Amino acid sequence: MPNEISLEKLMAGDRAEFARLVDTYSSSIYRLGLKTLGHPQDAEDVLQNTFLNALLHLSTFEGRSNIATWLYRIAANEALMLIRKRRPEVSLEQETQQDEVESLEGVKPRVFGDWSGLPEDELLSSEGKKLLDTAIYNLPEPLRIVFVLRDIERLSIKETADALNLTETNVKTRLVRARMYLRERLSKYYVERLSEEER
Amino acid sequence: MNEHIHAKCEELLGSLSAYIDGDLAPALCQELEKHLEECDNCRIVLNTTKRTIELVHSSVEKSDLPDDVRERLFKRLNLDDFLQSNPNQSSNDR
Repeated sequence: MPNEISLEKLMAGDRAEFARLVDTYSSSIYRLGLKTLGHPQDAEDVLQNTFLNALLHLSTFEGRSNIATWLYRIAANEALMLIRKRRPEVSLEQETQQDEVESLEGVKPRVFGDWSGLPEDELLSSEGKKLLDTAIYNLPEPLRIVFVLRDIERLSIKETADALNLTETNVKTRLVRARMYLRERLSKYYVERLSEEER
Repeated sequence: MNEHIHAKCEELLGSLSAYIDGDLAPALCQELEKHLEECDNCRIVLNTTKRTIELVHSSVEKSDLPDDVRERLFKRLNLDDFLQSNPNQSSNDR
């Protein structure tokens, strides 16, 4: 980052520095909300609540993690709270999911066909992007938030673990499952398309 | 489409993700690469998983914060007076 955010200025209540912090991370936080919740209004709520909370709790920031990880932690909590508020009835089902996401059981690919050579403009056509977004949104919640932080926001395994209060092993396990799940979804679609083209 | 997967493949599947990230211990890396030379299905799973991650990265790089969302955020935070300056507009993607 060219001009690093000054923690000293932030702590001293420098509004211009806080505005710079907002501009530096707002796209990422908004995207986190969008990819996690799938709706622009929810993403905007996550964005606003994250920075309102950051403003409110800045004096308690101890600098043990970097400011970005701290913001992602607030944003992830906001996103998870909104998910639970939207779908309170799935809590029991998600308790079951919790056990499943911590193990690698069931990560078995079923679709084998190599579509990786298809051109990017075909894979990222508006239909392709929609498929990808839907597949991400359909990831079970504990996998989705890990995937969004690691593969969309490009946090390291350690930063992801810090932001979500998970162990690095948990993050790695969830990441494998999320990636395998998405690969399977995309493979189903593109392998079918490849076989249609061959006909 | 072959739907069969061997026990050895299953054992190594959990390592593919770390392998893609370049984060796999050398001994396991060697074992995986040896297996990949012999197993078409695992090679396909590796290629398509890598491609999936690349697609996610490419699709993300094109997104930005909409102006109206930024405006409402700044107003909510009482930072209206800083709305005009956005020095990080093109560098806020990690």
